[in-house]
Amino acid sequence: MSTILFAAQTECDGSLGKASLEALSAAKTLAEQLGADLAVGLVGSDVQAAADSLAGCGAKAIYGVSGDEFAQPRYATDAAALAALYKASGADIVIGAATSRMSRVLPGAAARVGGRSDTGVTALAAEGGKPVVTRWYYRQRMYAELTRQERPWFISVSTGCFTPYSGDAGQAQVTAVTAELPAGGVRTRNTATISPSAEEQTIRPDAALLFVAGAGWTKKQPDGAAHLEEAEQIILQFLGKSQGSLGTSKSLVDLSGEGQQVMSFLTHMHQVGQTGATPRHPKGLATCCHGEEPHTVGWRFIGERRAINLDANCGWAQGKADVVYVADAFEVMRKILEMMP
Amino acid sequence: MSAGFNIVVCGGIVPDPLQTLEPVKGPAGWGLKNELMLPAILDPWAGHALYEAANLAKNVPGSKVWLVSMGPKAKLQQVMMTIAQKVPFELVVLDGPSSGFVEADAVGSALAEAIEAIPGLDKSRLLVFGGWMSASRGAGATMQIVGEKLGIFDQFQGVDKLEANGDGSLRVLERIEGGSYQESVVAGPPAVVGWATGELSEPPNNPQVGMQNMRLVMPALQKAKPVKIEGGPEYAGVQIPSQKRETRIVKDTPVETIAKEIVDWLSA
Repeated sequence: MSTILFAAQTECDGSLGKASLEALSAAKTLAEQLGADLAVGLVGSDVQAAADSLAGCGAKAIYGVSGDEFAQPRYATDAAALAALYKASGADIVIGAATSRMSRVLPGAAARVGGRSDTGVTALAAEGGKPVVTRWYYRQRMYAELTRQERPWFISVSTGCFTPYSGDAGQAQVTAVTAELPAGGVRTRNTATISPSAEEQTIRPDAALLFVAGAGWTKKQPDGAAHLEEAEQIILQFLGKSQGSLGTSKSLVDLSGEGQQVMSFLTHMHQVGQTGATPRHPKGLATCCHGEEPHTVGWRFIGERRAINLDANCGWAQGKADVVYVADAFEVMRKILEMMP
Repeated sequence: MSAGFNIVVCGGIVPDPLQTLEPVKGPAGWGLKNELMLPAILDPWAGHALYEAANLAKNVPGSKVWLVSMGPKAKLQQVMMTIAQKVPFELVVLDGPSSGFVEADAVGSALAEAIEAIPGLDKSRLLVFGGWMSASRGAGATMQIVGEKLGIFDQFQGVDKLEANGDGSLRVLERIEGGSYQESVVAGPPAVVGWATGELSEPPNNPQVGMQNMRLVMPALQKAKPVKIEGGPEYAGVQIPSQKRETRIVKDTPVETIAKEIVDWLSA
């Protein structure tokens, strides 16, 4: 009987994050559909608490690579841990979440053990006795359903695509696994996590709303002048009240490189679209945006979409947004701020 | 670091993002309709990696930059006419497919072999740069595979900043969730760095740099090694998402009414 290994790194507090629980759900469902065994592989400083939280998941075995050196997200240690867990479990398929920590190591670990990898998988199911995954190509402009003969097959699943696992906790038996670290020793150390302060935080992956600010916010208004300072205040106040996440277009971020004034809080991290992120939020509100294909890519996984735009025929909105309000975004957003509690 | 870095940038070519893409299945498997006719650009992430490499090389004496690229020779030549004017580099060409549907493992292996074969490359000073993602396959896999094949186990992905410290170590900022960075320090090269956007804007064209580069670009294209990429997934199908929304246009409507509708929608 084949084995599917769910692999995860623990959070700082020793628990498993929501994305990992989604990946466990995907792995468990696939194992049931294929009639395969489910195994769990955990990496962290101490994995017992995480293992206990999964005691009721039906895994045949739970393996753990633990120790202080495995607490930090680091390629050398994480790749060694994943390779060791794969070998200990004898799995055919390894499934993890597409978190930043797992994403930066899963394909490398697959290559290390002679396997193949597919990342950012948005659907996963058994068809005709074979596992079939769906993933996107060309920056979310097309998608493919595919399977592979090669094993092991390492798969990372995108967040927000599967229901997080929830089951009874208990006392789990963890089989300790030793990872083989590089002969030259561990040469990388994490020195800090640099996060914006709560007031400056405008990227919120779990927010219900994505607010997209387009280049129009920086352009001259009907009075012939640009109102950048007011635009900044409107956007930040709206984000504060709505607790939405902020996205923007490449054109707006790149203006800084051309020496033009741009909003002080916008960075490439906010960029969505062809060369930016493709976030997943239930709702999206685009303002002062224009454009065609590259912008659509950033919109791909947004649920309900509305736009405020002066051009009713803008390619950004036609056929892509549910509602387009043909109006001045400054005026509408000022009024929205008045109305919002 | 007095001896400088040997920086190898891995960068493929992709269709211009403004082009409409349509998948088609041909005798060689899945690809894009009229793929060879589509205007191509250097992958945007690889572009950032190249500009960061050139900047690092400029600031650390004794450094050198190579660009290793796999793609159809004719398309690579077209792209290099532009890229070669940006920053100084020596080109290494693999004449092979640039499609997003080719197997990442095979591409990674081919790139690693090409890097190993670069004459005079000092692996103790090696930094392998590339895009964290790509605008084709977008798997975030190739750079990791290249590193594994080269035996480089200090790898960083989604990098926006890399600084060479006076003691030979490197400080790296990698993107993590929620708009945050993970800061790491690695003892020194070798390392693999998959770049996000970095912090540099695109350099302006410099005809002098272009002329200097093109002296080496043309011979590199002429002696490009043909690469056959085999294996890969079995595609049940490739599709463009068909969802098209019925857009409701609201115009000639008072601002108050629009604002109220949006506020209600946000709170629903």
